[in-house]
Amino acid sequence: MIDDYREAAPLEIHDLTVAYQKKPVLYGIDLEVPKGSLVGIVGPNGAGKSTLIKTIMGLVPIGSGWIKIFGKSFKKAITRVGYVPQRESVDWDFPVNVLDVVLMGRYGRLGLLKKPSKDDKDIAMACLEKVKMSPYANRQIANLSGGQQQRVFLARALAQESDLYFMDEPFAGVDAATETAIIEILQELKNRGKTLLVVHHDLPTAKQYFDRLLLLNMRLVAFGPTEEIFTMENLQKTYGGRLTILSDVAVERNLGVKVD
Amino acid sequence: MFFQSNLHAAKIGELTETSVFEQALRFLSLKDPAVRIAVLGSIFLGINCGLLGSFIVVRKLALVGDALSHAVLPGVALGFMWNMTKDPIAIFVGATIAGLIGVTAVNLIKDTTKIKEDSVLGMVLAGFYGVGIVLLTMIQNLPFGNKSGLDKFLFGQAAALSVSDIQLIGSITLLCLIIVYFFYKEFLVISFDFSFAQSTGIPAKAFHYLLMLLLTFSVVVALQAVGVVLVSALLITPAATAYLLTDRMHRMLFLAALFGMLSGLTGAFLSFLGNDLPTGPFMVVAASSLFIAAFLFGPRYGLIPKFLKRKNQSYQIEVENTLKAIYQVLEKNNFKEEGVLFDKLAEHRNESIVDTENQINKILKMGCATLNENENSDSNYFKQKLISLTPTGWTRACEIVRNHRLWELYLTNEAQYAADHVHEDAEIIEHVLGDDTVRKLEKMLNFPTRDPHGKLIPGLKYLEDNGTHNSKSAVTQI
Repeated sequence: MIDDYREAAPLEIHDLTVAYQKKPVLYGIDLEVPKGSLVGIVGPNGAGKSTLIKTIMGLVPIGSGWIKIFGKSFKKAITRVGYVPQRESVDWDFPVNVLDVVLMGRYGRLGLLKKPSKDDKDIAMACLEKVKMSPYANRQIANLSGGQQQRVFLARALAQESDLYFMDEPFAGVDAATETAIIEILQELKNRGKTLLVVHHDLPTAKQYFDRLLLLNMRLVAFGPTEEIFTMENLQKTYGGRLTILSDVAVERNLGVKVD
Repeated sequence: MFFQSNLHAAKIGELTETSVFEQALRFLSLKDPAVRIAVLGSIFLGINCGLLGSFIVVRKLALVGDALSHAVLPGVALGFMWNMTKDPIAIFVGATIAGLIGVTAVNLIKDTTKIKEDSVLGMVLAGFYGVGIVLLTMIQNLPFGNKSGLDKFLFGQAAALSVSDIQLIGSITLLCLIIVYFFYKEFLVISFDFSFAQSTGIPAKAFHYLLMLLLTFSVVVALQAVGVVLVSALLITPAATAYLLTDRMHRMLFLAALFGMLSGLTGAFLSFLGNDLPTGPFMVVAASSLFIAAFLFGPRYGLIPKFLKRKNQSYQIEVENTLKAIYQVLEKNNFKEEGVLFDKLAEHRNESIVDTENQINKILKMGCATLNENENSDSNYFKQKLISLTPTGWTRACEIVRNHRLWELYLTNEAQYAADHVHEDAEIIEHVLGDDTVRKLEKMLNFPTRDPHGKLIPGLKYLEDNGTHNSKSAVTQI
């Protein structure tokens, strides 16, 4: 642990630009996230919040710039990264039970051809226990409430035993009890030195939940400790009308027409 | 049009004079090598289509399967043209290439234009199919080449399979089984959550293409036995049937393979009985029958079990309501009487004597009550008969009243409902509260004895200790 300080930052992004079918979504992002921070990614709809984390995880191709995870490329650091996608991104009628889903968190570590062992099952059960879902282990996933589904996704990410987590709107459409339970787990992970980046859409709770904020609207508006960043000026920059020019220019460049 | 006339001509020529019974015997005895080949082929195809079809169904790719199966047809024709005979390998290669071109065309058009997937699939499906028919018609009109059996690719003919066909089908089936067995977890995770799979480093795209390749292989080898038109049904229907019967992927794979096999066998058998009628339609009829059976009788999601369960539930509720009414009438008289008179009960429930009699008959049948002569009345008229609860009936009546009152109390105390608003909710909840919930409620409410209206709540603990006592002592002890 002595040479811990020498380890590269969990996440470093330099001059990142991302475009969906030639339409730019993210411009010139520069970012260095220190170890053990719990970061809330905040910004209006279409600001590129999900795109940012998807790009970091290699799910969306990079336009230009580079991304390093613990000083390495994403592919090389892949087992150190955990992911919680949006709950709506999967079909909850899929024929698996809760434990099956959590076990998927172990697949990345297992590698090809290996089947999950007893140990993997024990780890998965322990993760379910953490999110208080162990009585539901053998339940078909369709019979879960929204909050329970989100807990299962969180348990799956815990089973990945990663050092850097990306979570896409884990608080969307969950009950108050689940929200509290999730934030407790996030805090605990942070205290254990994990780094977490969480897409969040609710400003008042953002201030309360995260120790760092990343304000995003196609470009990085501000990043830093919450108390410094959470200012009226920054929020206006993020949510206000000034940045619409940026997207207009983007459309103009793409279509060759002027937008009024 | 050309094909149809040709099909008929071929069938009439093949007609032999045998009885249905003899044909069935010939099939079932498996003595005929041609029958053995057809049976083996159908079993392999069923397994294949069931396995891959399961992934297609859960990934909502059914239309892709359909488009793929039509897109292979031009490849069949080109494979035949290779050396103007029905060479299984040439046809397999040609069809696979055509299928892959079809799928690529779908993706290309979908990704580069604003036309949505359903339109693209419809277009590519029909386009490739049309080209295939044109090519096959041209071949049929050529003056040379051995064209027999080429017409079977449209509707399928298991009996037309050759030994080399079977070898090809067998190897593809084995390949699918091995790959699905060894990469089950990868196929499972890419099917459930593609981007999560990618994020964990599993080569999700490669596995997607592998699945598509296996699917193409399976469609191509199934063509001769099932036919281009219906092969997608053999992919989808057995898998959809299995999906109705289970909630776990590995069981679904097993069931789908089993149903595919059964459909294949039944199709081959029926087509054989009818003197080599096209096999594909019969396989699909068999598969659809299995689906209908699962749809109607499937234990979990079947229509009929659901209906019976609901009916049973409403019967249960009626019985419980009758028991509760008897309890309430007894309670009105401070439990001084041994039983309740028919007309008193009818009056309490605000219904006719006949209705009450119907309800009472139900609880009599269940052993919850007995009917006694009323000592105080000399009339034998049934209105004057006395209904007394048996110990079982008494316990159940107490339970239901307790559930009702506990719930009312819970709503008023914990959920801040007004006391006059809680009754209707409790009327429903009382029938579904489990023992665990009741215990939790009692604990939470600190083992209450009175409901919000001031009436006694028969306690759970009491019921366990004294369930067999008669009605009078039961309540006096609470």
